[in-house]
Amino acid sequence: MRMRVLEISVGAFILAGILALIGLALNVSGLTMSTSNGSYTVYARFENIGGLTPRAKVTMSGVTIGKVTQIDLDTDELVAKVAMEIDGNVDFLSIDSSAAILTAGLLGEQYIGVTVGAEEEYLKNGDFIEDTQSALVLEELIGKFLFNEASE
Amino acid sequence: MNYFDDVVIDIQQLSFSRGERAIYSSIDLKIPRGKITAIMGPSGTGKTTLLKLIGGQLKPDSGSILIDNQNIPTLSRSELFSVRERMGMLFQSGALFTDMSVFENVAFPIRVHTDLPNDMIRDIVLMKLQAVGLRGAHDLMPSELSGGMARRVALARAISLDPDIVMYDEPFTGQDPIAMGVLVNLIRHLNDSLGHTSIIVSHDIQETLGIADYIYLIADASVIAHGTPEELQSVESPQVKQFMHGLPDGPVPFHFPAPDYGADLLSGEGR
Amino acid sequence: MDKLALLGRHGLDRLAAFGRSSMILFQALVAKPQPLMMFPLLVQQIYFVGVLSLIIIVVSGLFIGMVLGLQGYTILVDYGSEQAVGQMVALSLVRELAPVVTALLFAGRAGSALTAEIGLMKATEQLSSLEMIGVDPLRRIIAPRFWAGFICLPILSAIFAIVGVYGGALVSIDWLGIYDGSFWANMQNSVNFYEDVMNGLVKAVVFGFVVTWIAVFQGYDCIPTSEGISQATTKTVVYSSLAVLGLDFILTAVMFGEV
Repeated sequence: MRMRVLEISVGAFILAGILALIGLALNVSGLTMSTSNGSYTVYARFENIGGLTPRAKVTMSGVTIGKVTQIDLDTDELVAKVAMEIDGNVDFLSIDSSAAILTAGLLGEQYIGVTVGAEEEYLKNGDFIEDTQSALVLEELIGKFLFNEASE
Repeated sequence: MNYFDDVVIDIQQLSFSRGERAIYSSIDLKIPRGKITAIMGPSGTGKTTLLKLIGGQLKPDSGSILIDNQNIPTLSRSELFSVRERMGMLFQSGALFTDMSVFENVAFPIRVHTDLPNDMIRDIVLMKLQAVGLRGAHDLMPSELSGGMARRVALARAISLDPDIVMYDEPFTGQDPIAMGVLVNLIRHLNDSLGHTSIIVSHDIQETLGIADYIYLIADASVIAHGTPEELQSVESPQVKQFMHGLPDGPVPFHFPAPDYGADLLSGEGR
Repeated sequence: MDKLALLGRHGLDRLAAFGRSSMILFQALVAKPQPLMMFPLLVQQIYFVGVLSLIIIVVSGLFIGMVLGLQGYTILVDYGSEQAVGQMVALSLVRELAPVVTALLFAGRAGSALTAEIGLMKATEQLSSLEMIGVDPLRRIIAPRFWAGFICLPILSAIFAIVGVYGGALVSIDWLGIYDGSFWANMQNSVNFYEDVMNGLVKAVVFGFVVTWIAVFQGYDCIPTSEGISQATTKTVVYSSLAVLGLDFILTAVMFGEV
């Protein structure tokens, strides 16, 4: 009988551990159980990526649709080349979509916002988003503002 | 020397040391089959060590320990475990497993080494407990037993697999006279009725003399005398005499080695 | 010169102890495992090591989560970003505090008990007696205890983390009045399951291995007297705490170091 109580409590203990892990997965890290149809990678060139880092999210109208996987320097055009992994479900990005580096809040992290264009053809794995908008760099903004003031 | 016609354990030229201190320097011992052999000597001479050497728990520096022609120090771990199935050992403290009942303690070696069905194990355990007079205590926990009872349960556990050799490590120390008498009778009785070989390590002279067939006396890392109890009583060596009769001073000095008493007292300034 | 010799001897002693402990670990784990015989023993040990540690883990997790919520709020409110408190609570718990504090509490609660238990078995000759019965105490006594610790620590760590997060939520949402939607959303946006939760779990697994190894070895290797056992118990707590904190730094540098 003693052994039985012991076994039950050990079983409950391990179950509690598994539940805690599931809780961590779903509630804390927001892992979704939805089965993804894999993912595909698209690229974009930016004049200046500001503080963008790998793992930054890629959003469309504020909804996360993927993440930045890699940032390199494009040695041909001497600009930054950013690789983005987009969820397989999101297969309706037209080839004239535009990507912009945005900032969450005044001082928050930077992420990429994608806006869909009007074309009927969609981006495939390995395609480039041609229309891009660089990160806003505070110093440049201030410099431009001062320059405008001075020239008036 | 008809005692040594049939030898179970033959120890030859055994040396063992712990750090700098020699516990044994090339001793020879023979243990006859089916008899009670006692190994006696003052405290701290490493009598328990000898049992551990025989059981293979310690490895000697040199020499051999032959049990039916198997040399213990050279055996592999698994061979050693199979030799130990033929040995039972009664530890000084009893060494009952504190998380098991008396019944489970005695059943433990049987469960480990055999695939007997439960009701058969139950019968064997109750028989062993009956032999030590504690069948009624089978569902007690070790913490509920008195010292003497614990030792009897440990004895029942040691003989549960009907071993060929049973080793007793200081079976009489710390027992009241009644428990001591019970144990003395038990050891003699079990040895005669089950036909195994008993080795007793002890420094309780009277009890040991009463049951041993043959005695080895150990001091200063070697065997200083051996023989039957009667033979030992009449040995004239002062060292043997001191031990056998319990004299306070003799070759084993009362004083720990020290500088001269008077000089030591006078030099003791500024302490 | 004497000091140098002393240092040398000390170093050699340590090395010898490490060698012995590796041998014990190897023999206990590798040499012919017997799953059938082990299972009931393992269940029993998980009960002693894990289930009985649950209360202290839950209570500490709750309070640490609540303190994190409170402290995080008072700091973040100065920058007007008190919404991020959920993120702060969750990240510090999942990445650091859950595995480390659980391991430290585990060393104090279960590790010391393991050492004392095994030491006592040695002192009362139960280990010798097992050997003489023909049972390898490494397999019978050490192995199940080791596995139990190894299994329990990640479980306890996960429970600690989840309880801590809810403790933080309790303080932030119900007491400090942070909007619960932004609390959870900020948290879920910043915590990554594979990189944060899983890495925290990996830490817990490593700590479980190290703490039980130290505890079991100290018990098995102790001087079998009451003094020796108490020394070994102290050593278990000290060594495993140091090992956990040192390893935590190394693991953190490896896991989260590169930006």
